Amino acid sequence: MLLLPESGLLFWMLLSFGAVVFILTKYGFPVIIKMVVSRKTYIDESLLIAKQAYIEMDKVKAAGEVIVDNARREQVKILNEATQTRDLLINDAKDKAILEGKKMIDEARRQIQLEKEDAISDIRRQVAELSVDIAEKVLRGKLEKKDEQMNMINRLLDEINISKS
Amino acid sequence: MKRLPKILFVLIFFVSSLSANLYANEPVQKTEQNEELNVREFILEHISDSYSWHITKIGEHEISIPLPVIVYSNTTGWHVFMASAFHQSKVYEGLTIAEEGKYKGKIVEIDNKGSEVRPFDISITKNVFSLLFSSILLIVVILVVARSFKKNPMQSKSGFIGFMEMFIMNINYDVIKPCVGKDYKRYAPYLLTLFFFVFTNNVLGLIPIFPGGANVTGNIAITFVLAIITFLIVNISGSKEYWREILWPDVPFWLKAPIPLMPLIELVGVFTKPFALMIRLFANMLAGHSITLGLTCLVFVTVKMGPAMNTSMTVLSFLFNVFIGFVEILVAYIQAYIFTMLSAVFIGLARVEPHHKKEKFKI
Repeated sequence: MLLLPESGLLFWMLLSFGAVVFILTKYGFPVIIKMVVSRKTYIDESLLIAKQAYIEMDKVKAAGEVIVDNARREQVKILNEATQTRDLLINDAKDKAILEGKKMIDEARRQIQLEKEDAISDIRRQVAELSVDIAEKVLRGKLEKKDEQMNMINRLLDEINISKS
Repeated sequence: MKRLPKILFVLIFFVSSLSANLYANEPVQKTEQNEELNVREFILEHISDSYSWHITKIGEHEISIPLPVIVYSNTTGWHVFMASAFHQSKVYEGLTIAEEGKYKGKIVEIDNKGSEVRPFDISITKNVFSLLFSSILLIVVILVVARSFKKNPMQSKSGFIGFMEMFIMNINYDVIKPCVGKDYKRYAPYLLTLFFFVFTNNVLGLIPIFPGGANVTGNIAITFVLAIITFLIVNISGSKEYWREILWPDVPFWLKAPIPLMPLIELVGVFTKPFALMIRLFANMLAGHSITLGLTCLVFVTVKMGPAMNTSMTVLSFLFNVFIGFVEILVAYIQAYIFTMLSAVFIGLARVEPHHKKEKFKI
């Protein structure tokens, strides 16, 4: 009994399995398989692209590093040059300043010397005048009397004579 | 949560022993012999087809879901009615369900001479209903998955759709591709449909409540159709080499010339392959259902052996049923897997390329 296929069940089985096969082989499994495969290829491609991008990025990174390195070296160089130039300028300025200062000091010294000499000669002149004045006054005081004046004249004459002889 | 199994176990133990006691106290002496006989009948009734979906029996009242009867009789034409019509009167519109004989359990027509004639019967029986249900379920599930893929093809799927994707691609790549070999894509949709059809029906057969529980893949008509379709595909896609190997195999001449001994054996092989497919699935699923029912019957068979025996047997039956349940889940998958794999292998074998032995010798 169990080994004899029932005609009704056969009929329904053919019908329903046929429908299932028709629908699923047309709209079911091929769609799923196709999509999974296309997604797989998409993922694979994306991974490949990502890998390439990484390599590219590494390259760019390396190039960038070289550029930065060069720039740094350049910077150091420029800085050094700048320092040198600055030192040079400062030294120059210093030298010039010293020179100028010396010049000014010398000038001042000479000026002072001149002033001093002027002042000294002035003082000398004044001292001479003063001494002449004083001598005059002293002489005037001494020569108020006649004999005195005579004495003086005599002495002076003596002196002149002595010096002539 | 850890205590849940324990509680469940005690509860089942208690209920089963209680029911056993109740049965034991009933005056069953009179029906004892009948019940003993019934075990075989009971199993056969459950694994064979029926016109209504019997659910349970409460007291004397049978609870079953009536299914439509569609019958064509040569004498009276089409009859379409619900099977519940047979509850009221045994004979309805000249049709009745045979109780004995060749057509036991089937609808028969009683002709003028009083003998039973089987009309053309395409009723929606229990198996047919389950078959239609699982077919619709399968179509819906696969189309939902396909639609999700169509909508968002590049999205990675999660949840049920992700699981189905994994399941489908596993069968596709690990079973169909290596077994069919070259050109497997042509056969993949059919073989996948085959796998999921068998698997769905197997699993639904394991579920004991309403839409499941029918013995669909354990019915020879179902496996017959599946095997026939595989047979057709295998032989239609057979290459020249395949037919040459059958009709003129590479064996000593005397084995094929006067009496075509080897070709005959090969030809028989062509038919035994799908036949084996048919019987394997049928027998495995039938056996699974029978074992489960047999173990359940242990409870009722041992009633008359006294409460102690009955109780211990109930526990044993329960434990064995749990074990067999797990085995059956495995079998549901394995049988679908084997059916698909062997179909794929047969297709692959039918598409052999000629071996280049002879040409090599020539060169």
